[in-house]
Amino acid sequence: MRTFKIVSLVLLASMFLSACGGGATPVPPTQAPAPAAPTAAPTAKPPEPTKPPAPAKFECKDKLGCVDIGPSDPVHIAYAFVTSGDNSTLGLDTKYGAELAIDDAGGKVLGHAIKFDGQDAGCSAEGGQAAATKIAADNTVVAVIGTNCSSEARAAIPILLTQAGLSMISPSNTAPDLTDPAKHVAGYFRTAHNDKVQGAVAADFVFNQLKFKKAATIHDGSIYAQGLANVFADSFKKYGGTITAQEAVNVGDKDMKPVLTRIATGKPDLIYYPIFIAEGGFIAAQIRDVPGMEKTVMMGADGIFSPDFLKAGGKNVVGMFWSSPNFSAFGSGYQALVDKYLKKYNVKGTLAPFHAHSYDALNMVLAALQKPGVVVTDPDGTLHVQKQALRDAIGATKDFKGITGNITCSPDGDCADPKIAVYQASADDFAKLEMPKTPAWFPGGPDYKAP
Amino acid sequence: MRRFFERTSLTDIVMFVIGGSLVALVIIGSAATLISGKYGSREWFNFIVYGVALGGIYAVIAIGYTMVYGILRMINFAHSEVFMSGPLTAYFLADAWGRSGFLDQNPVLGLLVIFALAMAVSTMVAVLLERIAYRPLRFAPRLVPLITAIGASFFLQYFFRGLYGANIKVYPEMAVLKTNVQLGAYSIQYVQILVIVAAAIMMGGLQLFIQNTRTGKAMRAVSEDKQTAALMGIDVDQIIVITFIIGGALAGAAGVLYALMFKQVGFLMGFIPGIKAFTAAVLGGIGNVPGAMVGGLFLGLAESVGPNLFLDGLGIPAPYQLKDAIAFTMLVLVLIFRPTGILGETLAQKKA
Repeated sequence: MRTFKIVSLVLLASMFLSACGGGATPVPPTQAPAPAAPTAAPTAKPPEPTKPPAPAKFECKDKLGCVDIGPSDPVHIAYAFVTSGDNSTLGLDTKYGAELAIDDAGGKVLGHAIKFDGQDAGCSAEGGQAAATKIAADNTVVAVIGTNCSSEARAAIPILLTQAGLSMISPSNTAPDLTDPAKHVAGYFRTAHNDKVQGAVAADFVFNQLKFKKAATIHDGSIYAQGLANVFADSFKKYGGTITAQEAVNVGDKDMKPVLTRIATGKPDLIYYPIFIAEGGFIAAQIRDVPGMEKTVMMGADGIFSPDFLKAGGKNVVGMFWSSPNFSAFGSGYQALVDKYLKKYNVKGTLAPFHAHSYDALNMVLAALQKPGVVVTDPDGTLHVQKQALRDAIGATKDFKGITGNITCSPDGDCADPKIAVYQASADDFAKLEMPKTPAWFPGGPDYKAP
Repeated sequence: MRRFFERTSLTDIVMFVIGGSLVALVIIGSAATLISGKYGSREWFNFIVYGVALGGIYAVIAIGYTMVYGILRMINFAHSEVFMSGPLTAYFLADAWGRSGFLDQNPVLGLLVIFALAMAVSTMVAVLLERIAYRPLRFAPRLVPLITAIGASFFLQYFFRGLYGANIKVYPEMAVLKTNVQLGAYSIQYVQILVIVAAAIMMGGLQLFIQNTRTGKAMRAVSEDKQTAALMGIDVDQIIVITFIIGGALAGAAGVLYALMFKQVGFLMGFIPGIKAFTAAVLGGIGNVPGAMVGGLFLGLAESVGPNLFLDGLGIPAPYQLKDAIAFTMLVLVLIFRPTGILGETLAQKKA
């Protein structure tokens, strides 16, 4: 018994030491936005006694209601990102992008500090619903930046937009479904590209640049992956290629060898798997062990454009391709944004592709808040944010010069100026665990040359 | 004939129809796939190897569930976290050695130490669980330890998240495990051989231990009737602790095997294998150790071979999306025709 106690104490100690010592990846500290500056009433109170009595109290006539912000209260913008678990790099990346936008705006809007916090949506419909419910219950929220995964959005939209009357700008939802005219819900906007563009660019690259005639796709049942895989398959078939298999795995699956064995019977030249980091990592790690797949080229999409995927996939990722937003086509402020990002968050490279989209999304909200007629300011500094007016102002965004391009919102919520490129990982990228920075090809650019 | 109609009720008939139609679908689908000849013998061999390797891991984890149920009549839901704690802790050692090259130069020694560390940590977690969460509730109503187990499961998950961080960790590649062994036209990887052989050794060793040693006999006695065993002079508390030790050690070893095969470990990695292993234990007859082994292999094969064998023949696209549905449908099928599981004993007989 005593030996057991001693042994278990030693083991406990070693567990704690290994956790605190080298090797443990520290959980990124949640950065609070710029400290709240005390708000000063912008206008002086009328001191003359001859002035008429104080103006009538503001009455909210807005269709969706108003958010009242006291003179010293912050303007609360909420986020719904995936900040923990296998896909946490996606959520942290967009959170950092939005926080940098707040920093660049001085941490204040309309004389009030900006409070930016939110919920973890877990990249699943259940998580999106839970996060949306918590945000909707908080009546100080004026707008939402989110979600990351299209599956979260599907569940969050009825709660946040229809029930709570908020407006939501997503920096990374790409499923075509969400802005389909028949399915779009008012109040939903996105600065990320629509996958109709991404799938077509990927198919163009595979058929016309790589000159492959046979391809297979794998999705994971989420609306993002399924939508993108279908767009790719349809575009590829239109070019004249053959899709040998359209397979699916489940989120949480670990053993990909049976699925890959099945695909191997069709002998495709390339596999396009636009899924997320955990399952994508398993596919990349296991593909070369499957007889028949030793030479098959791999291609992923923006969901696995992350250093965590390079770690998970192992050395098989060298030479694989990704379709993703074209960073080199971003505006002149992009490099400065990346520098600030790397400095503030102490990381070697950006974590995912959507930080600039998140930066632009937050700036869109700030610009809309400052448009006339959206926010009524009382003389004592109280703000009344009218939710329908805010929604209309965001929807009316036109030629907004964001880092990702010229942002103009369509009636169905697509605000982005989509520029997609194809990237390829070199051995050097894998050794440094950084995603490639320059595209291997983009539409309208020079032809792809193998390294 | 009349006695037969008296004994069967409407429920029995409905169950029989459901079971029968599922079996018919399986047979039709399998026949269609085999006739079409889409997969050669090499593919079937690969599917079977994947199934046996995965099934071996499920079987070893399932042993933990089934032994605790046999002795305490309680489902230890926190066993999935016992499974997770071992490889997650051993990751740091494996990563350090992998990067320094030690693991590639001395694979056998390196793997043995990693196994030892993982098994030690899992065992410690299991014993602490028993001491802190389950022993005080030994005589509580049946549902209370169940809820405690679920709570302990969540506690351990987030404890390890706080300790080691939320992101996934990847075990290093070992060149020796990736190499293939050629057997004529078929090839199999060393890692798969390692998993199958290790699982077989552990299960065989456990079976020998239970059948041929005094402690094993004591364990069987306690699982049959705790009070009588105590009257016979067996220290029931000590036997329970030994059960948790064995279950924990096996789960830790299974965790390392899992990590070697699939490379990614994280604080949530225990959840799904835990559920599958529990299903395997029920499938094989809960409370029965050889049953857990059979159940695990059956489940692994159903997941790996099943979608190809019958869903493909029935013309269903993307059959691998439904592999969990197949696995659990198999569970339902088995329980319809054999309610106590494949090797299970009816409780009424046991108690009598």
